[in-house]
Amino acid sequence: MSETVKRRQNTKMVPAPSHGIIPERDLYESPVLEARHLGIEFGGLKAVDDFNLVIGKTEIAGLIGPNGAGKTTVFNLLTKVYQPTMGSIMLNGRDMHGMNTVQANKLGIARTFQNIRLFDNMTVEDNVRIGLHNQISYGMFSGIFRLPAFWQGEKRQHEKAMELLSIFDMQDMAKAQAGSLPYGAQRRLEIVRALATKPSLLLLDEPAAGMNPHETEELMNNIARIRDQFHIAIMLIEHDMNLVMGVCEGICVLNYGRIIAKGTPDEIQSNPTVIEAYLGKKKEG
Amino acid sequence: MKLKKSTVNNLISFGIVIIAFIVCQSMISTGVMKRSLRGQMIPICVYIVMAVSLNLVVGISGELSLGHAGFMSIGAFSGIIASAWLRTFGLENELVRLVLSMIAAGVMAGVFGALIGIPVLRLRGDYLAIVTLAFGEIIRNVLNCLYFSLEGRRLHVSFNNPNIPGTILLNGPNGAKDVAKIATFPAGFVLILFTLFLVMNLINSRSGRAIMAARDNRIAAEAMGINVTKYKMMAFVTAAVLAGMAGALYGLSMATVTASKFKFDTSILVLVFVVLGGIGNIWGSIIAAALLTVLPELLRAFADYRMLIYAIVLILVMLATNNPTMRALFGKLIPRRNGRQKGGAAA
Repeated sequence: MSETVKRRQNTKMVPAPSHGIIPERDLYESPVLEARHLGIEFGGLKAVDDFNLVIGKTEIAGLIGPNGAGKTTVFNLLTKVYQPTMGSIMLNGRDMHGMNTVQANKLGIARTFQNIRLFDNMTVEDNVRIGLHNQISYGMFSGIFRLPAFWQGEKRQHEKAMELLSIFDMQDMAKAQAGSLPYGAQRRLEIVRALATKPSLLLLDEPAAGMNPHETEELMNNIARIRDQFHIAIMLIEHDMNLVMGVCEGICVLNYGRIIAKGTPDEIQSNPTVIEAYLGKKKEG
Repeated sequence: MKLKKSTVNNLISFGIVIIAFIVCQSMISTGVMKRSLRGQMIPICVYIVMAVSLNLVVGISGELSLGHAGFMSIGAFSGIIASAWLRTFGLENELVRLVLSMIAAGVMAGVFGALIGIPVLRLRGDYLAIVTLAFGEIIRNVLNCLYFSLEGRRLHVSFNNPNIPGTILLNGPNGAKDVAKIATFPAGFVLILFTLFLVMNLINSRSGRAIMAARDNRIAAEAMGINVTKYKMMAFVTAAVLAGMAGALYGLSMATVTASKFKFDTSILVLVFVVLGGIGNIWGSIIAAALLTVLPELLRAFADYRMLIYAIVLILVMLATNNPTMRALFGKLIPRRNGRQKGGAAA
């Protein structure tokens, strides 16, 4: 049993002031995310409906469900790739109504993608530097005329990028082309790039897809480490139940766009509705 | 201090341009260069700047613009008017007047670039191409109906009405006549250097990375907090400014300039330079623009077969640049040229 798993089992989940549960340690801090009655319709089809969720300041939350349940749609709603047709999202106590993806990111949501979306033709370092775009900035004119702000900004970006890459021991790959990296490394680079935008909530869309059990175990520890090091909340979509049950503190199960269960990993594992959604109904008789 | 790789590459690029300039200039002064070719030197500079600036839009920012000649025409006429107007202030120094006119032309083209960019850059793909094409044509048609005259120091403008007081500068469809030819080849060379400096430094900076990120993956760029429209706008307006300056140089090198010079064909011609040189490849644009501008002149000996050979050369270049074996060969010959990886990935 890894240390992460032990830590998870020590976490006590308590009811939040609004709907949902958050870790006990986050109780006296305002939750990082509060989604209320969130929903979206695509021409009459309710892809997500009445989605209520609270995520604590330093919680690692899981979002699971069968294929097509609407998990990625929830991520797209939270990052404002889609505008919700119902409900509201509060991030760090601020209503995200009417914001676009860029503003959502500036407010503190960063994400990775299910189908990796790196800037393939750029170097690993440049990918991270794009994540640092709003963190370490200088103007277009400083860039063109090579003013001191340019040299200083570039130096700070380089140092910060290297520091972030060192989380996953990727400093040596900094000069490599992002598209040429092995699959697992690309997934890790996406996480680094997302972290570079200095989020307070990190959304990971199937971070372990295509990884072997050893890599998954490593990722599990890294997810917990990132949370401890950066003091951020992480929410992940994942089909690998070992990872979800191992690292997540609160889990939310989605089916047909609706939440069918919420709770700790142990509660979820023994919840009959969840088992039914995944495995189907037991035949009577 | 250890120089960055991009800085070294920039210095080498400037070196090559400077050497090419010295060679051409000495050929002109020793009389080796034919008279007909000598007349092509300024257009070559103009088209190089046009191609490099269009490459910033098409290659680096990844948006197909078919109205680049429109900005060139705005620049040309603004430059001509500015030059004549500045003269009324007793500014006889041609170089100062040329520089000021080019700056004015760049600003004018930039303003129009921004005005057009605001609605146009919200569109994507084919729609953007069609709308830029339309805007290029609109600019040309408006200029066709525009009359400018100078009375003392006062500028008169009128639309569709040639009866305005003073000396006519811009005479509607007849264009500008008896322009003071103050553009010189060295000025064109400096403009090329300025363009290279601007474009290469822009690409290798925070803004340039944002522009390329928006090109490579819009959704990911937005999720990283990059305002895609803003950076597309930045590339578009910068390109418009450069095209305007090139237009001023062009306008001030010709005795007569009419708006019909800047029709759709010119936009396509510049696009051909960009595509043949390799989309996103700045050096390719320079070489393609220089060679293809000279080529019709060099082929004069073939008389009737001139355009036929021009077309064959185009096809051969296209085949050669798209052939993987040839590309690998070029890659071996010029290993340090990383223009393709840096910006050329869109191709």
